[in-house]
Amino acid sequence: MGAGSEAGKPATDTDAPQHRPAPNIPQFTRDEDLHAYREMLLIRRFEEKAGQLYGMGLIGGFCHLYIGQEAVVVGVQMAGEDGDQNITGYRDHGHMLACGMDAKGVMAELTGRRGGYSRGKGGSMHMFSREKQFFGGHGIVGAQVALGTGLAFADAYLKNGKVSFTYMGDGAANQGQVYESFNMAALWKLPVVYIVENNRYAMGTSVARASAQTDFSKRGLSFGIPGEQVDGMDVRTVREAAARAIQHARSGEGPYILEMQTYRYRGHSMSDPAKYRSKDEVSKMRDEHDPIEMVRKRLIEAHGVPEADLKGIDAKVREIVNESADFATHDAEPDPSELWTDILLEARA
Amino acid sequence: MATDILMPALSPTMEEGKLAKWLKKEGDAVKAGDVLAEIETDKATMEVEAIDEGVLAKILVPDGTENVAVNTPIAIIAEEGEDVSAAAASGGKGKPNGADGGAPAPTPDMDAEGMTEKPSATAKSGEDAPKATAAPAVITNKAPAPVMEEFPADSPMVTTTVREALRDAMAEEMRKDDKVFVMGEEVAEYQGAYKITQGLLQEFGARRVVDTPITEHGFAGIGVGAAFMGLKPIVEFMTFNFAMQAIDHIINSAAKTLYMSGGQLGCPIVFRGPNGAAARVGAQHSHDYAAWYSNVPGLKVIAPYTASDAKGLLKAAIRDPNPVIFLENEILYGQSFPVPQIEDLVLPIGKARIHRPGTDVTLVSFSIGMTYALKAAQILSEQGIEAEVIDLRTIRPMDSATVVESVKKTGRCVCVEEGFPQSGVGAEIVARLMVDAFDYLDAPVLRVTGKDVPMPYAANLEKLALPSVAEVVEAAKSVCYK
Repeated sequence: MGAGSEAGKPATDTDAPQHRPAPNIPQFTRDEDLHAYREMLLIRRFEEKAGQLYGMGLIGGFCHLYIGQEAVVVGVQMAGEDGDQNITGYRDHGHMLACGMDAKGVMAELTGRRGGYSRGKGGSMHMFSREKQFFGGHGIVGAQVALGTGLAFADAYLKNGKVSFTYMGDGAANQGQVYESFNMAALWKLPVVYIVENNRYAMGTSVARASAQTDFSKRGLSFGIPGEQVDGMDVRTVREAAARAIQHARSGEGPYILEMQTYRYRGHSMSDPAKYRSKDEVSKMRDEHDPIEMVRKRLIEAHGVPEADLKGIDAKVREIVNESADFATHDAEPDPSELWTDILLEARA
Repeated sequence: MATDILMPALSPTMEEGKLAKWLKKEGDAVKAGDVLAEIETDKATMEVEAIDEGVLAKILVPDGTENVAVNTPIAIIAEEGEDVSAAAASGGKGKPNGADGGAPAPTPDMDAEGMTEKPSATAKSGEDAPKATAAPAVITNKAPAPVMEEFPADSPMVTTTVREALRDAMAEEMRKDDKVFVMGEEVAEYQGAYKITQGLLQEFGARRVVDTPITEHGFAGIGVGAAFMGLKPIVEFMTFNFAMQAIDHIINSAAKTLYMSGGQLGCPIVFRGPNGAAARVGAQHSHDYAAWYSNVPGLKVIAPYTASDAKGLLKAAIRDPNPVIFLENEILYGQSFPVPQIEDLVLPIGKARIHRPGTDVTLVSFSIGMTYALKAAQILSEQGIEAEVIDLRTIRPMDSATVVESVKKTGRCVCVEEGFPQSGVGAEIVARLMVDAFDYLDAPVLRVTGKDVPMPYAANLEKLALPSVAEVVEAAKSVCYK
């Protein structure tokens, strides 16, 4: 701990994951790439807008942006089926959009308005949609892992054939309850896919400085949980690995761990100047491994999609995001009476 | 020299048990470690082992004898070469086993959590009672019949322990609703660390009676996640002390999510288990958390005293669509109360009950605190002071209206609880009375609480740390200016 290890291991992340291309990268059809492009772009533009609104003082408190990690949630969603549950930590806007939640409702929650998913009472980290099977949005690091395992417990109990996609960051992966959950999920063969979004920094602490075992796919080994490291910047590899993991979980084989090697371009939260890493590191990742640019390039070069078509998608996405921002800035704040609602449910007679 | 074998205690609080079976017969040679007999309580079976060589000269308590008091001589062992018949004739007056004499049979080496038994309030309160009174020296296992206005007066009553009442409540709700299941440490195969889940595995199977690893934080979170999906988990903590490992999920995940989701995501879950002091289990196993959980919006907190309240309120808790903290008490588990045999005994959460009507002073308590309050009321009555004893039953939402109405009548109030004084349940009652009954009070409201110290282990210190009947009597007389 402390100075000794820091001195011995500089925080420059020399052992950062290499974004090596997998030997056999699965190919997407034109429509799949178009779908992934649109979904990821929506998250990117939405988060950029959220950053702007935060800067304008319209979003308060904490605001953790997902920019750079879009391929993870979009790829996993492409492998799932309706009714599968999703749960994640506090960097959750992307997951909500990928689950099909309405951008207006998400943005209005960020601004604390009555049209927000939680009617303005949850905020950035606490949004839910029963309809879209999105179970939050949790502000306590690691708590969602036990909760997500509980969703899978219910799936097994109800024999409904569904799978719980339980996301966590590389930081959350060091919480004790993660391993309590792994143990029970493996013991009871629960249908849960644990997705470790390794963006290389737990707030400001690099993986190398926080983790004795930096290969998160191995974190379930002592429970017999299979895992794999995945290039989380390539939506195709994400979807392929997720499909394998989901098949494993859905067929009754128990949990599966996917370490998604990804990167967040922005700071941990809006107030983070990100001085723990170099600008070069960030720009190198953006230039060479941007998940959206990779798809865009492929659409043009491999699928022959005209630039004009992509611009059309861009315009549509911008329109959705602008509408959401417009709604979120003009919608009314919650009625003061809302202070006293939703504390307890009425017991049925 | 002949040695008496004494009835052993399975735990520090056990007072009596059944001598189930002798495994040796008179005249048999025995050596150290031989199992002589099996004894039973309603929770456990234990073997009595010989600790010396010799011959089983005489069996003093035959197979199947119930209610054998701890330390009763149950057999005589003759030393090798000793005249067996002469030893037997000593008639249980031989040296007690344990060659040094005097010491009771060693407590079998078992997990104290699973083994504590019978009311320990007995010794604690009896000696505290003022000598001048004619009060019985002990609180008997049969508590005085409570006032039960919630049932038809002619309801048939069956004497039931709190333990059985809790089990019946869970079993009835599990029969009604497949979404109800129970999970926790030792709830299934072991039949419950305190035997509250006895028989549930046999009736409902392993899908619905789920043994967990020792992993409170994890299984509390899993329970909450399952509740988000619409299941109705009953999460048993072996004690609420261990729920400290899980309190993040109880507070941050279970209690707050409905609000944070704008009403979308309810959490119909019951967290239950023994709470507060048992007997001689030290500071880490003796904490009363009633005040802690009662501080949290989004939770309901129940702490029953009688078996019928335990049953009716647990059934209500299981049906409630909100997270409910159900605080039981280990010492009350073995106590018997009349329980009405009516179909579907469900009681309202958030309603206090006047357990004993009175006119001169209001005593407010809950859970095991009621034993002090009721005993004190009896002593006060003998001294001409009629105390009204209110059992809060639910700590949150707190039925202060019932307390206020009583105080309007009596003008005086004493709050009794085993928890710590600062920010305790009594402190809350005092604050509410200041606002809602200020003009009716004839004296400051007093609190009798556990002392402001971690629970000590030593028997004498533990007794001092807990409230006593004498303290309640004194406080009540003080507010009556007597």
